[in-house]
Amino acid sequence: MGKLPLRARLATTIGGAAGKMSRLAGRGDGSVIGGVIGLRVEPDLLALLAVGRRVVLVTGTNGKTTTTRLITAALGALGQQVATNAFGANMEAGLAAALGQAPDAPMAVLEVDEKYLPTVLGATRARVVALLNLSRDQMDRAAEIWLVARRWREALASATDCRVVANTDDPLIAWAAGAAPHVTWVAAGQRWHEDSWCCPQCGSHLTRDELGWHCGECGFTRPPPSWVLDGSSVTDPTGRAHDLSLSLPGRANRANAVVALAVAGEFGVGPEQALPRLRKVTSVAGRYTQVERRGRQVRLLLAKNPAGWLEAFDVLDDPPVPVLLSVNAREPDGRDTSWLWDVDYRVLRGRPVLVTGERRLDLAVRLEADRVPFKLAEDVDDAVNRVDGGRLDVIANYTAFQQIRVSLGRAA
Amino acid sequence: MPRSRGAHARKPSSLGSLGLVWVYPDLLSTYGDRGNLLVLERRARLRGLDVESVLVNADQPIPRQADIYLMGGGEDLPQVLAARRLRADGGLPAAAGNGAVIFAVCAGYQLLGLEFGGEEGQPVQGLEILNIRSGRGQRRGVGEILADVDPSLGVPRLTGFENHQGVTWRGEGAAPLARVAVGVGNGDGTEGVFVGRMVGTYLHGPVLVRNPGLADLLLTWAAGPLPPLQAADEEWTLRLREQRLAAVPAGSA
Repeated sequence: MGKLPLRARLATTIGGAAGKMSRLAGRGDGSVIGGVIGLRVEPDLLALLAVGRRVVLVTGTNGKTTTTRLITAALGALGQQVATNAFGANMEAGLAAALGQAPDAPMAVLEVDEKYLPTVLGATRARVVALLNLSRDQMDRAAEIWLVARRWREALASATDCRVVANTDDPLIAWAAGAAPHVTWVAAGQRWHEDSWCCPQCGSHLTRDELGWHCGECGFTRPPPSWVLDGSSVTDPTGRAHDLSLSLPGRANRANAVVALAVAGEFGVGPEQALPRLRKVTSVAGRYTQVERRGRQVRLLLAKNPAGWLEAFDVLDDPPVPVLLSVNAREPDGRDTSWLWDVDYRVLRGRPVLVTGERRLDLAVRLEADRVPFKLAEDVDDAVNRVDGGRLDVIANYTAFQQIRVSLGRAA
Repeated sequence: MPRSRGAHARKPSSLGSLGLVWVYPDLLSTYGDRGNLLVLERRARLRGLDVESVLVNADQPIPRQADIYLMGGGEDLPQVLAARRLRADGGLPAAAGNGAVIFAVCAGYQLLGLEFGGEEGQPVQGLEILNIRSGRGQRRGVGEILADVDPSLGVPRLTGFENHQGVTWRGEGAAPLARVAVGVGNGDGTEGVFVGRMVGTYLHGPVLVRNPGLADLLLTWAAGPLPPLQAADEEWTLRLREQRLAAVPAGSA
C-alpha cells in the first residue's frame, strides 16, 4: 500500500473504517459502504488499487459468484494472497472495497456486474476476463442483453494485454469475445437457448446441431474450443481428460469449474493442481448449503432468472423429495415477475411442491397453468413443518434467498 | 387447422377447435410472453374447446387461417428483423384482412403500425395493419400500470407491468384500449389500441394472466360466447389480480 498516492491511501483508510463500522452496526458485511466512501474521496480509487496486481474479472448472467470462488480456490495453488469480492458485491464500490481490504495481495479475482465490465476492464487493466453466459435477467433495471454484448465486444476489442476466457456454446458470448485479440474458448455448454435463437452478428436464425451452432446467412460459427466439458469430465488443451466430480452439484457448476480451470491454466496452474482445490468448495455465499431444521435436511439453491431456474431444477433431488419455491420482487430481484412464465415448471410434476415468498400468488398461477399441484406456505418454517421425511430442497430468488438464510439462522 | 370462414362466422363453443399462433417466439418473446399463450390455452380448454397452438419462428411462414395470433415484446434489433420478415411473409396482414384476432404486446404492438423507432431511433416501416405510429420517448416507463378499458369492451380495469421507452400516436380509427390510471402507456394518457378484433398494448405481466377478462374477450371474438369458469378454476387468478390491483398506490400516477 506504500506505493499508493496519499489521497488513495486516505480513501482506503476512511473506506475501511466505514466498512468496519457498518459491520459492527450489523448493517451487512461492510463490503460495499467502504468502497462507496472511498470512491467519493478518490474517483480513480479502483484503478489506483489495481496497479501492479494481476487481476481476473468474471462476468456473465449466472455463475459469477461461484466461478469467482472456484478461480480463487484454484489460484491458491500459487501460494500467493488473492483479493476477491467473495460476497457478490460486484459494482465499482464492491471491487474497490475488496482490493482495499487486501492491499498486499499481488492477485485479484473479481466478479463484475455485466453492465460495469467495460469501465472495470479499463480501470483494472485485467490480465484475464472470463465471460460465462448472457440471458434475460431483471429487465426492469438491466440493459437489454444484445446491448450488453455489444458494449463488451467494443471494450474487449481494444484490450490487447488481456486474455479472454469465453464460453463458445453461448452465441452472444462468442460474439462479444470474438473481437478480442486473445481468446481461450471453453465449451461449457448452454442449456438455456431462449435468448440465442438468432445470430448476434446478422440476426438470422441460428442452426444448432451436434457440432454446436452456426449461422447459415453470414457464416458466424461456434469457435472451436480448447477446453471441453463433456458430462462429468473435462478435456484440457493437450487432449487429456480429467474427472470433474465436484462437491458442488449440477451441470452449471461443472461449467463454472471448467471456466475456472481455463483461467487457472492462464496462470500456469494445471488441472491436476487445480481440481483437488475445486473439489473442496462445498458452498458459495450460502448457495448449496445444507441446514438441519427440526430433523429435516434443508438445502438452499439460488436462482434469479429463467436460465438459473433451469439449472436449479437440474440439481434437485429425485422425487418424492419435496421442493419449496420462493419468489420476491424487490429492487434487487427485479420488480417484474413476468419471467416466471419463461420457466417451464412441468419437470416438478410428481413431487410435493410448496410456494412462498412475497409473490407466491404469481407462482401459484404459474404452476396452475403448468398443471403442477402445489400448496401455499407462510415461510420456510411452515414449509418444513408441512413436509414428511428427511429432506427439503429450496429454490429462491435473490431477496427471498436472503430472507430464508436469515430465518434459518445464518448457519446457512 | 386451415379453415375458411367469413368475417362473421362463429364456431360453436362446445365442439369447436381453436387455432393459436405465437408469432416469432425466437424474436418476440421477452417479458414472459409465453404466459399469454398458456392462459388462452387453459381458459379455452376449460370451456371444452380443442386448442391447437403453433409456435412459428422467423424462418417459417406464418399460417394464414388461424383464429388468434399472439405477438410479444422484443429488443430493438429483433423488432426490426421481425418487421422485415413479417412484411416479406405477408401472412399476418392477410390473416388480419380475414378478420383473425391479433393480440400484440409492446414491440409486437408497435410493429403492427405504420412505423416505429429502430435501434438508433430511426423510423422503421411497420406492417401497416394498425393506423398508429410509434417512436422513442424521453424516458423509460417502468413499473406497475393500471388502466381502465373502453366501456364498450366490458373488460374490468387492467393491471400489468410496463417496461418500454415507446410512445404511440393513434391515427384515425385506432381507438385507445384503455385510459391510464397509473403508469405511462401510449404516453398521452391512453393505453394500447383496439381496432376490430385486434388489440395492441404495452402491458405485460403477462397481461392476459392478470386480466382474465381480456383473455376471455379474445376467446369470445374467436369462438363465440363462452360459459363462465368454475370458481375453483379462477381462484388463484382472482387472488393474484386482487393483490396486484391493491399493490399499486392509487395516487402514484
